[in-house]
Amino acid sequence: MFCGHSDPLGSEWPPLRLESYPLASNLRPLTSSLVIMDILFGIFQISLEQGLAYALVALGIVISFRILAFPDLTVDGSFVLGGAVVAKVIVLGYSPIMGIVLAVLIGFAAGCATGMLNTRLKINSLLAGILIMTILYSINLRVMGRSNTPLLNYVTIFTPFEQMKMKWLSMVLFFSLIVFASKFLTDLFLHTQIGLAMRATGDNEQMIRTLGVNTENITVFGLGISNAFVALSGALVAQHQGFADIGMGIGMIVAGLAAIIIGETLLRAKSVGMMTFAAILGSFIYRLIITIGLWLGLAPTDLKMATGAMVILALGFPALKKGKEERLHLRGI
Amino acid sequence: MGYDLEKMVVIENLRKIFNRNTIDEKVAIDGIGLEVKKGELITVIGSNGAGKTTLLNLIAGTYLPDEGKVFIDGREVTLLPEHQRAKYLGRIFQNPLMGTASSMTIEENLSMAELRGKSRGLSWGVTKKQRERYKGLLKILELGLEERLSDSVSLLSGGQRQCLTLLMATLSLPKLLLLDEHTASLDPKTAEKVINLTDRILRENELTTIMITHNMNQAINFGDRMIMLHEGKIQFDIKGEEKRRLTLEEVVKRFGEKLEDETLLCKPVGG
Repeated sequence: MFCGHSDPLGSEWPPLRLESYPLASNLRPLTSSLVIMDILFGIFQISLEQGLAYALVALGIVISFRILAFPDLTVDGSFVLGGAVVAKVIVLGYSPIMGIVLAVLIGFAAGCATGMLNTRLKINSLLAGILIMTILYSINLRVMGRSNTPLLNYVTIFTPFEQMKMKWLSMVLFFSLIVFASKFLTDLFLHTQIGLAMRATGDNEQMIRTLGVNTENITVFGLGISNAFVALSGALVAQHQGFADIGMGIGMIVAGLAAIIIGETLLRAKSVGMMTFAAILGSFIYRLIITIGLWLGLAPTDLKMATGAMVILALGFPALKKGKEERLHLRGI
Repeated sequence: MGYDLEKMVVIENLRKIFNRNTIDEKVAIDGIGLEVKKGELITVIGSNGAGKTTLLNLIAGTYLPDEGKVFIDGREVTLLPEHQRAKYLGRIFQNPLMGTASSMTIEENLSMAELRGKSRGLSWGVTKKQRERYKGLLKILELGLEERLSDSVSLLSGGQRQCLTLLMATLSLPKLLLLDEHTASLDPKTAEKVINLTDRILRENELTTIMITHNMNQAINFGDRMIMLHEGKIQFDIKGEEKRRLTLEEVVKRFGEKLEDETLLCKPVGG
């Protein structure tokens, strides 16, 4: 019933390895309510793990789209970059931690590159992101030397969890630690003097410039942080799923946006702390929706279409509603 | 030139041409020279397109001039980018939305303004000490904002936001304050409140100020000196005793033909 075991599309979507989920692994035909409970709990387990693994993408997108008001499309490339760098480092025999640190630094550089194209060369923000994303495709292939690097036979950051009794729980705690540490650091940063200037850059650029802030540097720096988080997520996901793949970043920006929109809708977030929390919560809910969809028979091939439709609906709903109200108003209702 | 300590701003032969070498070419500022004394308050009038806002933009560095020089407090700033000359300047725009970051809180906006032109680090944005000081400052506005420090600025009315902007502009005492019709988009009652507050803050801090206004009464009753711009040139410059004795009738009589713009003459008295 769960797809993804042997599906080649698993390259974009981490295979749902049911054997890692103690309760979901004994999936049998739906015969009793007990089994249904097991399945639901399995879905919850998968979604929580996936949601946390991808939460840092949403956090990165909060910084670019929401804080800086910069529609940064680098994400699809920098996510893979994180995975590719960590895979290369691990295959070369170095420690996975070193790989993760390197992935974060290079992800930061990729974000800065997009920022430089926009601020120094005055290239449109969307185009700047697309350009770097495209360039990263070649770079990622160069880094890996091929389109897919398996990591199953190497020591990754998750190897120590393999022997643990409470494997799922300790893995979730590990992800939570990283995700919430990133969230709190981001919250703290956005309340420092530079952080305030960064928020003002996205809110009212003219104003903060007349207060003596070089908004170009702030934009470059902010996009760096954003893509560092995305690369960190890519590095973790690659190790978690056991491979890095050139296609693993496709649609990442849309999935991240979906997560943010879901979180914002649920929490009506206003403060910085709530915004970053909404991204994490939204990431979980998004994965929950996707996992349920797959369980109900949604083909993995249609996943991106479903996600896109979800974002279009969420973004378009206010306009549709308003249009309808105006038409009703015109008719005198 | 420009090193006289009495002079806060010296502008020499400033020219700005938009769309140069096209059919839309427009000489916005056509050879303006101006010296502003320390503590002086100049009001600027002129019809639409006379170059008032362009003049402020050239002083603030939003645009760079084609010819001429700008000195602030003896330092040439003609080609300095906007964010680098920010430490000398405070600026308030007509649109109340432009002076504050609406998604951020009152105290955060004040803190950002306090660091005008200073380097920003990783220390805490709003400290307890700052918060106490801001409370005291906001009391001056008599808007009850001292109780709403952590409210988002988006919750404030246009008038409240303009008062906050005024406070922000003066928080770090700029060498020159630029006011660009900062009461024009407010209702008459709020506008009067803001202009009284402006008067009080300018007097208390002896700020050198250039204030653009569309309101003739404001221009005449306010400040030490009044200049009128027309087609990018200074049409007249009234100061000292002559400025003090100036009346609306006299301005209309002497310069009526230049004040073609209807909005200039039809503004309600006292608004």
